[in-house]
Parts: sequence; structure tokens; C-alpha cells
Amino acid sequence: MSMRTPLKTARSLGSAKDGADHFWMQRVTAVANLFLALFLVWLLVTLLGADHATIKQKLTNPLIAIPLLALAISGTVHMRIGMQTIIEDYVHGEGLKVVALMLNTFFAILIALACIFSVLKLSFGA
Amino acid sequence: MVMSIVHRITGAALYFGSLLLVWWLIAAATGPDYYNYVLSWFATWPGKVILLGYTWALMHHMLGGLRHLIWDTGAGYDLRTVDLLSWGTLAGSLILTALIWMAAAGFGGG
Repeated sequence: MSMRTPLKTARSLGSAKDGADHFWMQRVTAVANLFLALFLVWLLVTLLGADHATIKQKLTNPLIAIPLLALAISGTVHMRIGMQTIIEDYVHGEGLKVVALMLNTFFAILIALACIFSVLKLSFGA
Repeated sequence: MVMSIVHRITGAALYFGSLLLVWWLIAAATGPDYYNYVLSWFATWPGKVILLGYTWALMHHMLGGLRHLIWDTGAGYDLRTVDLLSWGTLAGSLILTALIWMAAAGFGGG
């Protein structure tokens, strides 16, 4: 039997039951995205005008592919939390809100998987 | 106040703009024909305007995010600094967008 009082269980977790996780994760991914997005901009600028064979060749380089995979994960986590905040602030109907939050999660995961699949396919030279 | 809502708007724009990056990556993973087809879309005037807007939204959201990280430390809340950071975000985002597109013009001919 637990000797913890109910207060101890609730403390610092708030009504959402997961405390400041989203707040913190949004900051961690923000810092990661800062570097990864700058990397993406640099990559896209240098790849402008390049043909398909060059793109394929470039993506076999782990130093290119790994930051892109990191961006796929960090970027979609960040945008999911950001959109969740927007939905929670502006969508007040409970049913619509739940649907919107679910679609938000699906969208973020779909974007992440599509990026990861494409990058891996190119990296492994298929 | 205005800058706070702009941070949300650029964030939402980047959210849906992620489809552009996905489209480009899927095209590259599909093959040369489809890749060239997608590039031809990006090369149209509406395509370029969307990409220019995407660049600016990314730069504005990035600098706005840095501003929020500074505020997270508890610093920069006096009105002079808030004003400075707001205008700095706007000016910086325009300058960075211009620099990126100048570099892009140098690499790919626009």
C-alpha cells in the first residue's frame, strides 16, 4: 500500500496529468529545430538546380540523412504541440476539439513517416 | 501583442508548409521523372511566391522563437527590450529571407 497522500501524486502534474512535459518538450525541440532548420535551408539552397542523380547521391551521405531524420522527428513533435496549443485555445466544443486534436496527431505522424521513409529510401540507395 | 499572434500564424503556416518538404522528399524518393515534375511546379511564379512566403515564415518563427527562449529565462520583459526584440524579429526575418534568396539565386539561378 502506498503511503503517499493524494496531494503528492497530483503535485506539479496539474489537471492534464502530465505536468510541464509539453512546455519542456516544446523548448527542447525549438532549440533542436533552430539548428536543423538552418541546416535544411543550407541544404536546399546548395541543392538548387541540382538534378535527381545529385540529390540521390547527396542523400546517401549520413551527415546529410541523419540531420534530416532528426528534423523529421523534432519538427513534427514541435508542430504537433504547437497546433495542439492553438486548438485548445480556439476550439471550445468538446467533441470538435477531440476530433481536431486527433487529426493533429495523425497529421504530424503522417508527415514524420513520409519524411523518414523518403530519406531512408534515398539513403539506402533504392 | 501583434508579434505574439504572428508567431502563431507563422507556426500554423509552417505546419501546413511541411507538406511542401514532404512532397519534395517523396518526389526525390520516387524517381527522376516525378522529381522534375515537382520541381517544375516549384519553379512557377505561384510556386516561388509560396516558397518565398515559407522562407519568411520560417525565419520569422525562428527569431520569434529565440525571443521566447530569452523570455523563458525571465529576462527581457521591460518595454524597451520587448520593442527592440519585436522590431528585431521583423527586420531580422526580412534580412535573412533576402540573404537566403540571394544565395539561392547564386546557386540555382533563382
